[in-house]
Amino acid sequence: MTMPIRKSHPLFKILNGAIVDLPAPANISTLWNFGSLLGLCLVIQIVTGLFLAMHYTAHVDLAFSSVAHICRDVNYGWLLRTLHANGASFFFICLYMHTGRGIYYGSFLYLHAWSVGVVILLLVMATAFLGYVLPWGQMSFWGATVITNLFSAIPYIGTDLVQWIWGGFAVDNATLTRFFTFHFLFPFIVAAATIIHILFIHQTGSNNPLGIVSNVDKVPFHPYFTFKDITGFIVMLAALILLTLLNPYLLGDPDNFIPANPLVTPAHIQPEWYFLFAYAILRSIPNKLGGVIALVMSILILLVLPFTHAAKFRSLTFYPLNQVMFWSLVSIVFLLTWIGARPVEDPYVLTGQILTVLYFSYYVINPLTLIWWDKMLD
Amino acid sequence: MALAATGIARANLLKARVSGIALQNSSKFSTLRNMAAARKAVLGAIGILGGSAAGLTYALNQSVKASELELHTTKFPWSHDGIFSSLDHASIRRGYEVYKNVCAACHSMKYIAFRNLIGVSHTESEAKAEAEAIQVKDGPNDDGEMFERPGKLSDYFPNPYTNDEAARAANNGALPPDLSYITSARHGGENYIFSLLTGYCDPPAGVSVREGLYYNPYFTGGAIGMAQALYNEVMEYSDGTPATASQMAKDVAVFLKWAAEPEHDQRKKMALKAIMMFSLLFGLSYYVKRHKWSVLKSRKIAYKPSQ
Repeated sequence: MTMPIRKSHPLFKILNGAIVDLPAPANISTLWNFGSLLGLCLVIQIVTGLFLAMHYTAHVDLAFSSVAHICRDVNYGWLLRTLHANGASFFFICLYMHTGRGIYYGSFLYLHAWSVGVVILLLVMATAFLGYVLPWGQMSFWGATVITNLFSAIPYIGTDLVQWIWGGFAVDNATLTRFFTFHFLFPFIVAAATIIHILFIHQTGSNNPLGIVSNVDKVPFHPYFTFKDITGFIVMLAALILLTLLNPYLLGDPDNFIPANPLVTPAHIQPEWYFLFAYAILRSIPNKLGGVIALVMSILILLVLPFTHAAKFRSLTFYPLNQVMFWSLVSIVFLLTWIGARPVEDPYVLTGQILTVLYFSYYVINPLTLIWWDKMLD
Repeated sequence: MALAATGIARANLLKARVSGIALQNSSKFSTLRNMAAARKAVLGAIGILGGSAAGLTYALNQSVKASELELHTTKFPWSHDGIFSSLDHASIRRGYEVYKNVCAACHSMKYIAFRNLIGVSHTESEAKAEAEAIQVKDGPNDDGEMFERPGKLSDYFPNPYTNDEAARAANNGALPPDLSYITSARHGGENYIFSLLTGYCDPPAGVSVREGLYYNPYFTGGAIGMAQALYNEVMEYSDGTPATASQMAKDVAVFLKWAAEPEHDQRKKMALKAIMMFSLLFGLSYYVKRHKWSVLKSRKIAYKPSQ
């Protein structure tokens, strides 16, 4: 009997193992769609970004005008630009949904895939930050100034490090050109890290809502999940394109339509919506270095999850008290996002500080509550 | 086959790390089906309390403080507000006239060329005539000299000042902003422009405005370097529309909205097509997905203990 070409061809068999014959749990829900949606987001960003890069000029005197030129003179340049900007928002929606699903269902117990996932999250965050600087509007410039200055809080090497990043003594042309270079490069590193992420996932197979071994009830990836993922693609593309066509600047900041001016500081400096929760955590610590550590830890703390989980079941499906705690964490992140967009004044400062404590508390109280619940049922 | 599979499933399920917890017990904690009425009431109360807290937070967040000096912009019913509504092109044309006769004395629009007017507010010959009405410095010619020539369609709107310093010097130190992106660059967009242009008034008691500045409650801080520019009949429209101050403010706001988003009409037209296309694609893909999954979704798993 001859083997089908998809199983014998050295290239096709890799694809076959990933998207055709891959055994996938039959019970995974729509929340498992966000992995493939993230792949789509990456493709959209790389393709639109590539065409934008053909017309963009990374120079402080020309960057703003080159973006205006893209939007006004390049064929469908306005569409490329707004798809790229809103695509970043959808990237983060999918990232947060994907991460949230991993936390809820205990997917972090796949240590390698989870660790690479956290690295990808950090890389995408860095890429988005670098990209936001490129239009060289007021918020681009002042966002870059605020965030790069955070490195100055590092003892001993801080000032030197910041000047090394800037390529000078302030955010200027050297900063813009290198940010453009890294913004162009990072997505390809993200793509490589994604392949490693998928590789690790395929070693173990996907997790599922029950969090139990699902080998007894697996189905081939094709046609079940290919068609399910295509439906997900269409829904997300529809949402992205409709947002882009009906209200393209809804999620942006008006200040970024003002060319960067190092002499005029905007009244409220704030990042895009997807960084606001981390920005609120940063601002809630009065000490600069403490704020930076809290900011970094707000993401890196995801890495402790595999090591603090000592419960009998993997998924929160079987832990009602922890479900309440999980949704409280989600609410806290939403509230931190809101606080991040508020001015630094009472009552927002105190509210932000309380929410920051609650955010980090989850990672301590949740594993203890899991153990307590297990003991209660013993 | 299915039965065999379910038999294995059962066996594997029981092998899970449950140590002492019966699966039936665990499942009852994860559903609302068997929840006691009192527990449901408590959960409902928590939900209502949470919702109320969120509502209160939102209301407090939206409230206006007496300490704030500037007015928030009113949301006006623009004819282009609808998701499929285009800009009012007659209004864009009148707004261009307002810009040319009033605003252009101080404000540049460096990203707008005369060619951009074609098919939007002017015919090609009209736009060419508008361009030819200005003199543009060009060169150098074959003798190496700069020279002045009538404007062309490819020329951009002229800057009233030779540089920013000259603009500041002529305006008590204030730099009149370029208006190409002004509706996108201000919170409230065209609502802000209309409010600002029609919002000049005497300062309230206790508020004094420095000489050379003017009071406008919509401007941050209240004191603006630009004097009131629009008064009734300060100019005449070519289409005979009465040039009231509010009419001019509305028209120039629509013109500036177009200037900031020249793709406005095209993108809304594309949105209509996108809705039709994605509705079809979604319906089709969802049907195919359901069709492919129908076998899995309708299977019956039964446990038959071996004899």
